Amino acid sequence: MSELREKIRETIESEPVVLFMKGTPEQVYCGNSGRALEALRSVGAPVTTVDVLPDPRIRQELSALSNWPTIPQVFVGGELVGGADIVQELAETGELKQKLDAALGDANPDTRTERVVQVGGTHTPFRFVP
Amino acid sequence: MSARLEELLRHAFPDATELSVSDRTGGGDHFQVTVAAPRFRDLSLVDQHRLVYDALAKPLADGTIHELRIKTRGER
Repeated sequence: MSELREKIRETIESEPVVLFMKGTPEQVYCGNSGRALEALRSVGAPVTTVDVLPDPRIRQELSALSNWPTIPQVFVGGELVGGADIVQELAETGELKQKLDAALGDANPDTRTERVVQVGGTHTPFRFVP
Repeated sequence: MSARLEELLRHAFPDATELSVSDRTGGGDHFQVTVAAPRFRDLSLVDQHRLVYDALAKPLADGTIHELRIKTRGER
């Protein structure tokens, strides 16, 4: 397993809620990433975000690992919950909150904290803005 | 382009009780697809969407589809 894939896997497994997105919560570069972020915010999730744009290999390795072809991708408790459509749907039905409570247990602080981590991508940042 | 995607989906989900493709922006590359099928019944949403992605793998890979929104439902 590549070092980058290992780092991605570690992030998914160690962070309660991970959002792989295009951009950051402060600077969202894609409507779908924004929709996923808003859905997570709506249930008060503590979100750890990873920007996939700095290095195209992040997206390749992530998709190979998750068997999910598109960005964004949301993981709760180490499990893929889905992309923007699923996360938005689950937020509306209340299931996202349930998943969150189940994964975080009493530790669910509802702190709405947002944290950006990097999994690699020391290459020259390149941003494609459609 | 919507017609081609619909054909791919019909082929993948011949028993779909509801199937539609709409071009969200009119630009021919942002699509909303809706599929309701009995085979989705016992699958998680993640696995339901994976089947849709599989059905549309080619237009996703060659860039025909720039953005895809999916709505699936298991039906009896």
